Amino acid sequence: MAQVKRPLSPHLQVYRWGWHMAASIFHRATGSALAVGSILLTWWFVAMATGYEYFNTVQEYAGSVIGRIVLFGMTLALMQHLLGGIRHLFMDMGKLYGLKVNTATARFTFIGSVFLTLVIWYAAYKVMGVI
Amino acid sequence: MAEFSLPKNSRIGKGKTVKAEGASNTRDFHVYRWNPDDGENPRMDTFEVDMDNCGPMVLDALIKIKNEMDSTVTFRRSCREGVCGSCAMNINGKNGLACTTAIEDAKGAVSITPLPHQEVVKDLVPDLSNFYAQYASIKPWMQTQSTTPEKERLQSREDREKLDGLYECILCACCSTSCPSYWWNGDKYLGPAVLLQAYRWLIDSRDEATGDRLDDLEDPFRLYRCHTIMNCANACPKGLNPAKAIAEIKKMMVERKG
Repeated sequence: MAQVKRPLSPHLQVYRWGWHMAASIFHRATGSALAVGSILLTWWFVAMATGYEYFNTVQEYAGSVIGRIVLFGMTLALMQHLLGGIRHLFMDMGKLYGLKVNTATARFTFIGSVFLTLVIWYAAYKVMGVI
Repeated sequence: MAEFSLPKNSRIGKGKTVKAEGASNTRDFHVYRWNPDDGENPRMDTFEVDMDNCGPMVLDALIKIKNEMDSTVTFRRSCREGVCGSCAMNINGKNGLACTTAIEDAKGAVSITPLPHQEVVKDLVPDLSNFYAQYASIKPWMQTQSTTPEKERLQSREDREKLDGLYECILCACCSTSCPSYWWNGDKYLGPAVLLQAYRWLIDSRDEATGDRLDDLEDPFRLYRCHTIMNCANACPKGLNPAKAIAEIKKMMVERKG
C-alpha cells in the first residue's frame, strides 16, 4: 500500500504563550520594525543635510498626528528591543535561566518599555513647553 | 523559511462527540484524531468523560476513553509514572507527559494534540525518527583514547555532580517539540533535548572526546539556532533546563577559542 502523506501536527496554532515566548517573539518583531524605522531616521538626516525648507517639510510630517503615532511606536519598539537586548546579554553570560527569574525579566521588558516610552514622551513635551 | 500555518492536508476539522451516558460529573476531552487509512484530514473529537469514575491524570482519561468509548483512539504509553517518556503530548497548549499531568490542573475542557510540528503516524502518535537520528548523531556514549583501566573509570564527587540535571532526561521530546526554532529548522537544528544530551557528554570528566564533540557542534544551525526562547525549560516534565545546558555549550565554545 502506498503511504499516505502524513499531516503535520499543530504548533503555533495550539501552543500556549508565556511571557518568555512573548519576549522572544517581540524582540524579533521590534528588531525588524526598527530596521524599517531606520529608513525613516535616514530620511530625517538626509532632510537635515538638504536644507532648511525640505527639513521643515519633513518635520511637519513627523509632527502630524500620524507622524507622532509612528514615532511613539518607534520609541516603544526601541525600548522593548533595548530591554530585551539587555536581557539577552545576561542570558549570553549564562544567567537568568531559572524559570522564575526568566519569566519575571521577560515580563519586565514589557512593563519597562511602556514606562520608559512614557517618560521619554513626557520629557519631550515638557522640553517643548506643551505641558 | 518558517511556515507559520498548517499545510492543507493538516488543517483540523470538527469531529464527533461521544457522550457519557448517565454521568453527572463530566469533563470534555478534545482529542486530535487522524487515521492514515481513511484519506481524510485530521479532526478534533470530543469525549465527555465521567469524572466520578476516572483516575486523576490525563493518561487515566485517555485510557478510559480507549477502553470504554472508542477503542481506535491511538497513543503511546508505558510506565504511567513519568519515567519512560512515551506519553508525551501537547495538553492544553503545553507539552508534557499525560501520566504526570493532573486533570484538575486544567480549567474546563482538556485539549490534547500530538507533540507539535511533527509528522503524525496516527492520532496522538508522532513520527520521532528525525529526533532519534539526531540523538544518535551526537554519539551519546563515552569515548576514550586512554588505556582501559582494570576497574571502572573513577570520578570525583564534584565531577559526578556536574551530571545532575542532565542524566535525568528521558528523551520524551517535550522540550524539542515545544521549541519554535526547532519547528522552523528541525531538519538542521539539533534541538534542546539532543543538545542537553550533547552537554551531558561534554561535561563528563571521564569522556575524552570533548574537542571532537565541540567541533561537531560548531555550526550555524546545529547549535546556534537556540535563541533562548525558553519554551524547552518551561515544558520539561522532569524540571530540567535544556536552555541552560545549551548556554553552557556556547560558553565552552568561546572559552576554548581563548
